[in-house]
Amino acid sequence: MKLIKYILAGLLFGIILVKSEAVSWFRIQEMFRFQSFHMYGIIGTAVILGALGVFLIKKFKVKDSDGHRIVFHDKDKQYKKYIIGGTIFGLGWALTGACPGPMFVNLGYGYLAMGIVIFGSLVGTFLYGLLRHKLPH
Amino acid sequence: MIEFISQPWPWYFSGFMIAVIMVILLFWGKSFGFSSNLRTICSLAGAGKKVKFFDFDWKAQKWNLMFLLGSIMGGYIAANFLSNPSDLALSAATINDLSEFGISFNGGLNPDELFSANALTEPKTWLILLIGGLLVGFGTRYAGGCTSGHAISGLSNLQLPSLVAVIGFFIGGLTMTHFILPYIL
Repeated sequence: MKLIKYILAGLLFGIILVKSEAVSWFRIQEMFRFQSFHMYGIIGTAVILGALGVFLIKKFKVKDSDGHRIVFHDKDKQYKKYIIGGTIFGLGWALTGACPGPMFVNLGYGYLAMGIVIFGSLVGTFLYGLLRHKLPH
Repeated sequence: MIEFISQPWPWYFSGFMIAVIMVILLFWGKSFGFSSNLRTICSLAGAGKKVKFFDFDWKAQKWNLMFLLGSIMGGYIAANFLSNPSDLALSAATINDLSEFGISFNGGLNPDELFSANALTEPKTWLILLIGGLLVGFGTRYAGGCTSGHAISGLSNLQLPSLVAVIGFFIGGLTMTHFILPYIL
């Protein structure tokens, strides 16, 4: 039953992504064409407020709901994987207009064709797992 | 209240709410990152028997799968109870650009040419959606995160690797948008 709160958080996340229109293929095209501030405003605000939140959590050594100190892990410094993987991700993002979260939100919205994108993303994830030792990282 | 929520949300409120989600998850001892679910689902489907990458304790990710389930429900609720009657306010320049390669703006979230039942009668649509999904799935795991894990969580924690990943997102996105998409649709 402890898991229900995560369903509620996800539910709120889904509503946010629809009402912000961040799940829209059109909005992603608009972003990559630099024709509106909308998506930059959303991501920029989230990052600035998120950074403030992280800063305050670190500064005041905030504990989580279980009483453990909230810790942040630094990402490893294998830069090749970030730039190559990120570029591959970007190609798919602009093509389908959806990153992983919005795929599922769109499915719930009623865009059943997103099921094909989700299936593709699972195959892609599997292929990465299969080939990762042969890839530069 | 419902009427108020049903309006499209301005970018500053939307961004604020996304930061709220991230902080809520931190407070619950979790890290906001959606694409991990794709790996977890592969594990659930039995991929761990063949590939070691998927042989991990997925139970620690149960909360994230619940978050995913909730996000589908959120999409459903937004569509059926909080939908806004007016067209999406897409910029005229984008509408014009897209029309040049056959994508018409329908006022909704996604174009009919790619996502309508009718479009799915074309094998080409299936191929585009499948390959697009494949690139997202492969790329996000390769880069170790997607928009939530890198652009939101990572940048909020001032991680240089996440900035590099986001630069990658844009190299790929700009390439697809300007040099590939107009020729394949």
